[in-house]
Amino acid sequence: MSNCISIPMNPWNHDVAKDEKDLVDVQIDGVWLQMPRGLNVVEAAHRAKKFIPHYCYHPKLSVVGNCRMCLFEMGTPKMGPDRKPILGADGKPEIAWMPRPQIGCATGITPGMGIRTDSPLVKDCRNGVMEFLLINHPLDCTICDQAGECKLQEFSVEYGTGESRFVENKVKKPKNVDLGERIVLDDERCILCSRCVRFSSEVTKDNVLGFVNRGSYSTLTAYPGKRFDNDYSLNTVDICPVGALTSKDFRFQMRVWFLKESKSICTSCGTGCNVTIGSREGKVHRLTPRENEAVNSAWMCDYGRLNFHYLEDKERLQNPLTKAAGEHFPAPWGDALNRAAEGLRKVQPSEIAVVASARMTNEELFVLKRWMDELGVTLVDTVNRPEQGDQFLRSADGNPNTRGAELLGLSHGGRKLSTWGGEIAAGRMKALLVLGGEDVVAAGIPAACLAQLEILIASAILPNATTRVAHVILPGAGFAEKSGSMVNVHGRLQRFSRSIAPPGQAREEWMILRDLREIVTGGNSLHSIEDIWKSMATVIPVFAGLSWGKIGDQGVDLTHSLPAEATAK
Amino acid sequence: MAFSEHRLIFKNIDAPGYTRDIACYQKHGGYEILKKGLAMGGPAIREEVKKSQLRGRGGAGFPTGTKWSFIDPAKTTKPIYLICNADESEPGTFKDRQIIYKDPHQLIEGMILSCFANGVKLAYLYIRCEFTEGWKILEKALAEAKAAGFLGKNILQSGYDLEIHVHRGAGAYICGEETGLIESLEGKRAYPRIKPPYFPAVLGLYMCPTIVNNVETLCNVKHIVEMGGDAYAKIGRPNNTGTRLLCVSGDVVKPGYYEFPCGAITLGQLIFNVCGGIRNGRRLKAVIPGGSSAKVLRAGEVYKIKEKDSQGNLVDREVKLEDLRMDFDSLAAAGSMAGSGGVIVMDDTRDMVECLANISTFYAHESCGQCTPCREGVLWLKKILSRVAEGHGRDEDPALLKDVADRIAGRTICAFGEAAAWPVQSFLGKFKEEFQLRIRRNGAAAKRDTISLTH
Repeated sequence: MSNCISIPMNPWNHDVAKDEKDLVDVQIDGVWLQMPRGLNVVEAAHRAKKFIPHYCYHPKLSVVGNCRMCLFEMGTPKMGPDRKPILGADGKPEIAWMPRPQIGCATGITPGMGIRTDSPLVKDCRNGVMEFLLINHPLDCTICDQAGECKLQEFSVEYGTGESRFVENKVKKPKNVDLGERIVLDDERCILCSRCVRFSSEVTKDNVLGFVNRGSYSTLTAYPGKRFDNDYSLNTVDICPVGALTSKDFRFQMRVWFLKESKSICTSCGTGCNVTIGSREGKVHRLTPRENEAVNSAWMCDYGRLNFHYLEDKERLQNPLTKAAGEHFPAPWGDALNRAAEGLRKVQPSEIAVVASARMTNEELFVLKRWMDELGVTLVDTVNRPEQGDQFLRSADGNPNTRGAELLGLSHGGRKLSTWGGEIAAGRMKALLVLGGEDVVAAGIPAACLAQLEILIASAILPNATTRVAHVILPGAGFAEKSGSMVNVHGRLQRFSRSIAPPGQAREEWMILRDLREIVTGGNSLHSIEDIWKSMATVIPVFAGLSWGKIGDQGVDLTHSLPAEATAK
Repeated sequence: MAFSEHRLIFKNIDAPGYTRDIACYQKHGGYEILKKGLAMGGPAIREEVKKSQLRGRGGAGFPTGTKWSFIDPAKTTKPIYLICNADESEPGTFKDRQIIYKDPHQLIEGMILSCFANGVKLAYLYIRCEFTEGWKILEKALAEAKAAGFLGKNILQSGYDLEIHVHRGAGAYICGEETGLIESLEGKRAYPRIKPPYFPAVLGLYMCPTIVNNVETLCNVKHIVEMGGDAYAKIGRPNNTGTRLLCVSGDVVKPGYYEFPCGAITLGQLIFNVCGGIRNGRRLKAVIPGGSSAKVLRAGEVYKIKEKDSQGNLVDREVKLEDLRMDFDSLAAAGSMAGSGGVIVMDDTRDMVECLANISTFYAHESCGQCTPCREGVLWLKKILSRVAEGHGRDEDPALLKDVADRIAGRTICAFGEAAAWPVQSFLGKFKEEFQLRIRRNGAAAKRDTISLTH
C-alpha cells in the first residue's frame, strides 16, 4: 500500500531525504551509522535515537536557523596529502572537529561526517540559548495554557540552569493581543522563532504575520489593518513552541496534563484529517491535528477543529423516546426497541425504507446492511452534503464516509431519496428508518408527509425536524463517543477510537442496530468492533485481509482495491 | 619625519578644482580605463584581479579574486547580479562616503568594469539611507554616465549591456551584512541568511549568483585594470596589497581620512606623525584599529607576531603597539583586525567603562533580532554596562559580561554576534582594573541598589 496522496501545500518535507536509499557513513556521538545523504542533522539524530532540541525548525516549514538551539559540534574527515580521508584503526575516517558549532537544522549529512550532540561545547551552547530565551520571558507558567506542553519549560528542565543571572528590567511587550477571530497573542512569551510567520507565508500563503521593531524589542504582529483569521490559523497554536499563540476556544479551559488523548479522525468533511482528541472526565476539550502525510500532514482546518462543541449541547438526546398521544416520553431501551420492532413487523419489507448516513461508520453501516439483507429491505439511500471546500484540506464533500457508504452499497447519492416523498404519500412506503442523525425534512420530505408513515424510527444525537415527528427516537453517539472506521474521499480507510462515553443512555449506533436486529430477526450477537471486522473482511471484497488492528493509526490506502467508478471521483 | 600619503583612490579627492561631474572626471582620464577593460575582455580582468591579491575593503578582508571565482559567467544559466555595498555604517568609518560624495564616477567606472568582468547585466548600488546627498549624487552621476554611453545598451559599442540601480536602505546597520543587504534589496526585513546554504555566490539576490563588493574594493578594480594585477600587487605588502583608506577619529590632533599602501606605516606613525599625535598633550590609552567592532588595543601592549625573516623562515617577533603595521595580517596577529579601516583613538581621559557602554548601546540598538544569542545577549550586555556605568555595578558583573559575550560570539547567524561581543571581550580583558575600580568605588551605592534590583 503506498502513501500516494501528496499534500500540495507543504513546500518542504525535511524529515524525508531526497533519496532514502543513498546512505553514507556518519558518526553520531562516537557510533558509526548509515544515514541518507543530505538529510538534516536534527532528523538524522532523531533516527539515531538522539535528540537535538530545537524551536524554530519544523520539518514542514522552511529552515531559518534563528533559535540556535540545535547547535551541534561538527566534524569532517581528515584529508591526507592524496586528498583522501585518513582512516583510523577501525577503518573509518578520522574526524577533524570544527571549533565553531553548527546548526543541525540547516546542515545536511555528508559522507564521513562527525556529529556530537552532547559534548561540553554543545551543552554550553544550549545552556546559553536557554538563558537568553528566558531573560525577557515573563515566566508566567502558572497562568499559561502552554504549560505542560511548552518547549521552553521542557528544554529549560533538560538543558537550562534553573536559576537566572538576570537582574535588569525585562523588555515590555504587548499582551493579550487580539490577533484574529480565534487567536490571542502574548508577545512577551514569544521567542520569535517565526514558525507562525512562515506558516502564514508558506502554507496558507496569506502573509498576514510578521515582525516589527528590532533586536530584543522585535514583536510579532499582524499586518496593519489585517487580521489573522484564515481557516487554518489555529495550526499556529500547535506549532508555536511556547505560549505566545493561544486558542480562544481552549485557553483557560483545562490544564493539558489532565487531558486524556485518543487517536481519532475529524468527521467534519470527507478529508478525514487525523486528530488527537483531548478529553477529561467525559468532556472533549480540544482537537489537535495528528500527523499523517497521506491525509493532512501536520495540519487541520479551524472549522473541523472547533466542530465538537455540539457534543455537549444542552439539547443532546440522552434517553430513548417513544411517542404517545402526540408527545415524546423517555423509555427504557428495551421498550423503545420493542416499539420499533413492532412497527417494522407490521409492514412488508418492500414497504420499509432506510435513510442511512454517510456520517456513520463502516461498522454501523455494515451491521445495518446485513440486517437489511436479512429482512429483504432494498430501499436505502444517504443524504448528500455538498460543501464549498477549499484548495487545501476542506473537502467539497461534507460527509466523512461517502466512500464507505458507497462500497457497502448503501448510498445512491440521494437520487432515490428524492422520490420517497411521493412513495409515502401514495401509501406505498409505510416504515422509515432515519439513521445517523439525518434530517429527511431538510432533505426534502415534508413533515406532514412523514406523519402518514405507520412507523418512523430515528436515531440521532440532537433533535431535528425528523425526530420531532418520529415514533421512536434512539439516542446515538457522537464521533468522539464511539469507535469505528471510515473511508475518506481519497479512498483511505481510517479508524478512530472512543474518547469519552456518550451522555445518559445514548449508545453507539452499531449497538442500537445490533439490538434492533436481535429483536426483529434474531441472530448472533456482535460484541465488539473487532467482531464486526471479522465478518466484514469476509463479506466485503475491498476489506479482504484487513482487520481492526491492521488499519493502524495511519489508515490503509484502498485506492487499488476500490471499484473503478468509486475511485474515479 | 613626514609621511606622505600614496593616494590612489583618493587621488583626485580634495584636489583643487576637482568636481564630481562627469566632465571633470573625464578630463582627469575618467572612463578611459573602461575602454581598456572592455577591450581586455572579462576573463582577463578577472585574472588581473586575482593576480592583484586584492582583499575586500568592507571589513572581512576576503580576497576579491577568490570571491569572483566562485561564479563562472560562462557556465551560469541564471542571471548574475553585482551589488555595491555602500551601506557604510561601522562606527568610525567614513571612507566610502568620501568616494561617493566627491568622486562618484570612479566608483561607477569600477563597478562597470567589475560587472563586465563577471557577466553582470544588472547591478545595484545599495546606499545607506542617511547618505541622502550621496544618493542624489549617485543618481545624477549614473544619469551622466548613461547619457555618455558608459551605461545602458551596447556600452561603447562593445555589445555589452549594463544597468545600475541605486537602492536606499532604511536605516539599519545590519543592511551592511551582505545577506541582510540582499534580503533588504528584495524588499524584506534585513535578516541575514544562514550560510550554508545561502552563500551569495550560489543563492544570492532572488536566489541567483550574486557578488557583493564594498565601494573601496570596486574602486580598486579600476586601478588594477589600469596598472595590471602584478603592478598593483607591488603596492603594499604580500597578501596585503594595494592602498588602504584609513579613517582616523577620536583624540588626535588631525583626525580625518588618509590613504597609504597597506602596511606601509605603523599604527604609531599614523597616530603620532600623520595625525599629529594625541591632542591636548595627553597620552595614548587605547586604539580600536578597524571600526568599533574590532578588538581594542591598549597602549603599551607588546604582541608576539610570527613573521618571515630575510631567509624566509617563520620567526616570533615582539612588536609594540606603536610598531604594528597597518595591514590585514599584522592587526589580525595582534588579536584585532583591519576591518573597515576606522581607527578610533582614545586618550587617557577616556573612561573605558563609558566607552564600552557606548559601543554596546549601539550594537543593542542595531541587533536585527533574528537569532537568539544576539537578540537577547546584546541587549543584556548593554543593560549591564549601562548599570555599571551609572554606578550600580556588582562584583560579579565583569565575569557575567564576559560569559554573556562568550555565549554570543560564534553562535549567531551572521558576524554581528562577534561584532557585538569582541568589544566587550577585549575591553574587559584589557581594562579589567578599570571595571573593578568603577564597581568598587560605587560599592556602597551598588550594595544598596542591589537590594532594589533583585526584588
